[in-house]
Amino acid sequence: MFSWPRIVDVDPVLTKHVREPNSFTLDFYLRHGGYEPLKTALGKKPEEIIELVKASGLRGRGGAGFPTGMKWQFVDKKTEPRYIVCNADESEPGTFKDHLLMERNPHLLIEGCAIGCYAIGAKVAYIYIRGEFFHLQANLERAIEDAYAKGILGRNIFGSGFDCDVYVHRGAGAYEAGEETALLESLEGKRAQPRNKPPFPAVAGLYGKPSAVNNVETLCNVPLIVSRGAEWYASLGPEKNGGPKLYCVSGHVNKPGVFEASMNVTLRELIEGYAGGVRTGRTLKAVIPGGSSVPILMPDQLDIPASFDAIQKAGSLLGSAAIVVLDDTTCMVWLAENLLHFYRHESCGKCTPCREGTDWLYKILQRIERGEGELRDLDLLSSISGNVAGKTLCAFGDAAVTPVLTTLKHFRHEYEAHIREGRCTLPADWRARQPVGAH
Amino acid sequence: MSFHPKMAYDATFHRSARKLEDEGPPFVYSPENRARFDLIITRYPPEQRRSAVLPALYLAQHQQGYITANAIRHVADLLGITRADVEDVVSYYTMFYTRPVGKFVINVCRTLSCALNGAERVTEALREKLEIAPGQTDASGTFTLVEVECLGACDRAPAVMVNDAWHECLKPEDVPKLVDDLRARGEAALSGCHHVVERER
Repeated sequence: MFSWPRIVDVDPVLTKHVREPNSFTLDFYLRHGGYEPLKTALGKKPEEIIELVKASGLRGRGGAGFPTGMKWQFVDKKTEPRYIVCNADESEPGTFKDHLLMERNPHLLIEGCAIGCYAIGAKVAYIYIRGEFFHLQANLERAIEDAYAKGILGRNIFGSGFDCDVYVHRGAGAYEAGEETALLESLEGKRAQPRNKPPFPAVAGLYGKPSAVNNVETLCNVPLIVSRGAEWYASLGPEKNGGPKLYCVSGHVNKPGVFEASMNVTLRELIEGYAGGVRTGRTLKAVIPGGSSVPILMPDQLDIPASFDAIQKAGSLLGSAAIVVLDDTTCMVWLAENLLHFYRHESCGKCTPCREGTDWLYKILQRIERGEGELRDLDLLSSISGNVAGKTLCAFGDAAVTPVLTTLKHFRHEYEAHIREGRCTLPADWRARQPVGAH
Repeated sequence: MSFHPKMAYDATFHRSARKLEDEGPPFVYSPENRARFDLIITRYPPEQRRSAVLPALYLAQHQQGYITANAIRHVADLLGITRADVEDVVSYYTMFYTRPVGKFVINVCRTLSCALNGAERVTEALREKLEIAPGQTDASGTFTLVEVECLGACDRAPAVMVNDAWHECLKPEDVPKLVDDLRARGEAALSGCHHVVERER
């Protein structure tokens, strides 16, 4: 039977019941106090909810860590209709936390959507789920249907006069749809390509109307704040980094998984405690602390809290809290090549520097990895990266060049060894026997 | 065309392979799918029918196996948008097929966490067992092999998605058995998602 490691003395709240049978059902959720926060919220004024969320210090769990209360406050309250859009397009490599919430605790998300709608004065929430989460779509739709049947969604909820509809919208395989304006484009039935900002979604979002785009985990935190209060929430974790946080640990660890902790937990505790440490017999080489788009941290940098601010101070980002652990068998040139294959494939093609730059970077990395590189390629990598970062409509460009720049910074000697010896100097037994071609 | 001698764009750069050629047989939704479509369209504001293009295309693909020019026409007519609008969407998203695929589409995740745990070897084992390269369908039309980017199942790497269902922790040495099981038992051979604790496996 699964049991939570007792390392940090915070009881899981988001994922407390996820391992129990039928935890996804409405009956189970109601038995454990579900939808009480919605009732409480409906008894208050919408502005009070926004103030409460602001006071809690809740920061967006999607990657940027922007304060959710501020986001809701910025939503233009003079224009109707308004929308809540839940970003469930979880596709940052290494991230799988929202999947767990939607699979095992879908009503928490639905409740978060409903409270969000009430706070900003919206009547409709769309949950944009990635295409690969087909089984989650069915799960969520069943949960929504059950909620309608009990009068928790629909017209005049709990006799308050508040109407709210929640719909699931399934994407079709596009990483870029995780960018908020690209997600809105996709929801409008177009290609998932980002918009120029400003205007921000709070002013002109879905269908040009004021909208708030929030991550799944963010919305799941809202009912907790309403029921237990802003002070309780802020008291979990360091200042300005309050609340429970879900961490996804994957890669070369013994027990990969989703772990809930406060942001007091250190990266080392997450890797060595929760995730059971680096694969037996191997040593730690580097850690990607927040999804493939953030700079790597070295083994001596792990004794810091896994919070937005502490990781930023260490030179990386918490991002989507996707911790990818790399052991000593990992070739860092291969790693950059693998990730640039991803970014090259997923670039939406709207901005030239990103569309062309990712292809160039991938081809050069492939060349070096195969042992056909030259020393001047390293300068070319830096130069191309510099011409992509900051020159695109969305953060994709910056994200795409990060694996190149960060591996060049910490592991330049590996690149040079590849070039000098004309081969990959660190072939691992888990990698392809034949070099993987471009396709 | 590239003007840089060392950076000639090769045939793999452009995604022109996705060009629509197949007119296909005449296409209209089956009565069941039409009913589903009529329900889905109510989720969006009446003047925003275009929003339903992804679910509408999923219905067409579910009915016919892949998206043809005739299916695009039907969807465009129902949504009140141009065929170009629909084709634009079909050609962008990776989960729509514009040519026939096998009964089982095996999508192997190739991104970092899965690759660190041997996804490249899984693809090699599948190539060997099925005797096809990624992107191809075998002669009997049973299997299509695709390499895809992160599926969001990094804690159960290497993950593969067969049609719409997941199979987790696939070891290269288990590949031949999985392929045989798929042939014999269909999607029941798959592990599904480990979060579903109600179904003992």
